Amino acid sequence: MNRLASRLPAIVEQHQQEILTEWVRLQLESGSWRAGRLQESQLRDESQRFLALLVSNIHKGMQFDARNSQWSEIREFLADLSRSRATQGFSPSQVATFVFSLKQPIFTRLRTSLLNEPEALADGMWETTLLLDSLGLYTTEVYQQARESVIARQQEELIELSTPVVELWPGILALPLIGTLDSERTQVVMETLLQRLVATGSSIAVIDITGVPTVDTLVAQHLLKTVSAAQLMGADCIISGIRPQIAQTIVHLGIDLSAVATKASLSDAFALALKRRGLTVTGSATGAARG
Amino acid sequence: MSIEPTTLPVRSGEDVVRVRQAVRTLAMDLGFSLVDQTKVITAASELARNTLTYGGGGEVRIERLNDGPKRAGVRLTFEDRGPGISNIDLALTDGFTTGNGLGLGLNGARKLSHEFDIWSQPGVGTRVTITRWK
Amino acid sequence: MDRVPILRLGDCLLVTVQVDMHDELAMTLQDDLTNKIVATKARGVLIDISALEMVDSFIGRMLGNIAAMSRILDAQTVVVGMQPAVAITLVELGLSLPGIRTALNVDAGLALLRKVLDRSGEGSYVD
Repeated sequence: MNRLASRLPAIVEQHQQEILTEWVRLQLESGSWRAGRLQESQLRDESQRFLALLVSNIHKGMQFDARNSQWSEIREFLADLSRSRATQGFSPSQVATFVFSLKQPIFTRLRTSLLNEPEALADGMWETTLLLDSLGLYTTEVYQQARESVIARQQEELIELSTPVVELWPGILALPLIGTLDSERTQVVMETLLQRLVATGSSIAVIDITGVPTVDTLVAQHLLKTVSAAQLMGADCIISGIRPQIAQTIVHLGIDLSAVATKASLSDAFALALKRRGLTVTGSATGAARG
Repeated sequence: MSIEPTTLPVRSGEDVVRVRQAVRTLAMDLGFSLVDQTKVITAASELARNTLTYGGGGEVRIERLNDGPKRAGVRLTFEDRGPGISNIDLALTDGFTTGNGLGLGLNGARKLSHEFDIWSQPGVGTRVTITRWK
Repeated sequence: MDRVPILRLGDCLLVTVQVDMHDELAMTLQDDLTNKIVATKARGVLIDISALEMVDSFIGRMLGNIAAMSRILDAQTVVVGMQPAVAITLVELGLSLPGIRTALNVDAGLALLRKVLDRSGEGSYVD
């Protein structure tokens, strides 16, 4: 590509202002910028900054690959832009179009400046394409990464949401577990429970596993560890809702639950918890009449 | 504090505290959860105390591991030139102690780590390496 | 040298263990506490470890020793405020602090001590 010194840097620099005006005009006309929550002033500002960075870095060498260190400043700018547009609701192709749409105004300038030099014109257009394609694709890459981190965060939040620790009574917490327990989820669940014990000053927790279809050795061990950890902290756990199959599995697996209070149902466990707290439930006259 | 690997002396009770602090700083920096931080500093504390009590003092090398973009870890290497351990299997048994701990030091550190390696020769010294991944 | 503060609450003593216990400090604490139990005729000891970032076997042993020594001097010990991460790590370590009563916080610890002391007061001829 470098048979002759490239003419591209000089031309872009010389016509920076016209290119910018044209580029912004094209973007505004196309209307695609309205797809997300973006102000016109912000679009102008970002276009101007991108072009300024391009001009100030294009002289450093003729590497047309966005991964080259020559473009580190631009990469940073585009990474920020890509992340902010992702949150503003733009699609990856709309973000990449921001970069690709700069081709047309630059091509126009190249054509008028290199009217009589077809070879230099072809070179210039090829170089512009290489560079802007590479930078445009880079925005897509960053966009993808930003999305992935959002998904990962949502997954974590989902795990936390799926472990509602509820207060049954002052000083008595319940953790109704629903669905399959894998090792990672069990760990999060247990940590959440222990933290809530401290936060609420509750000395009894009922772990209800009615909604858990199976318990394997690992999950049972996590349950036992939680009970032990709670005891070390000065709280008691009661496990309720153990289904017949699970009781069989636990015994077959050789897991010793003898140190833990277990109850068939959540209500039995709640009654035990109330008793341990020194509380009794009595029916009122009106309640008894209705019942 | 990100000039790893760091080598710290383990020659006094205060050194044990400093080792814990350095390990915590690194684990926090690597984004370990609170529970994982606690596990790795507890392991560090056990081993540092072993180095001090049984090895007559020594040093620890604290390394940051980056195995691929998503897997970060802490590696700790405790080394002393003490009397060494003649029966490693016995030393790794819960409840075994010649000092004043609960006899859980070595095996406890192993339980709290993902990788555990011990080298020891009577009269030469002991080296214990543990790794905990994020 | 630093010392662990010991406060008097009626007939109980409150020990607040700060971050970064080291061996010498632990030894001084055992001395100070046993002296103070005798001097104040304390019946209960609360050890608040909510500021501790970890409990290893050494500190576990220290807590056990304090409980045992206190018992000999006719005082009951309750360890309060253990953080969840510390408790999870202790379980993983295989340490169960046998013979040590625990409570979530100072209030719960005091209530537990009252219960234990009342009971031992009623049935003291049995002991």
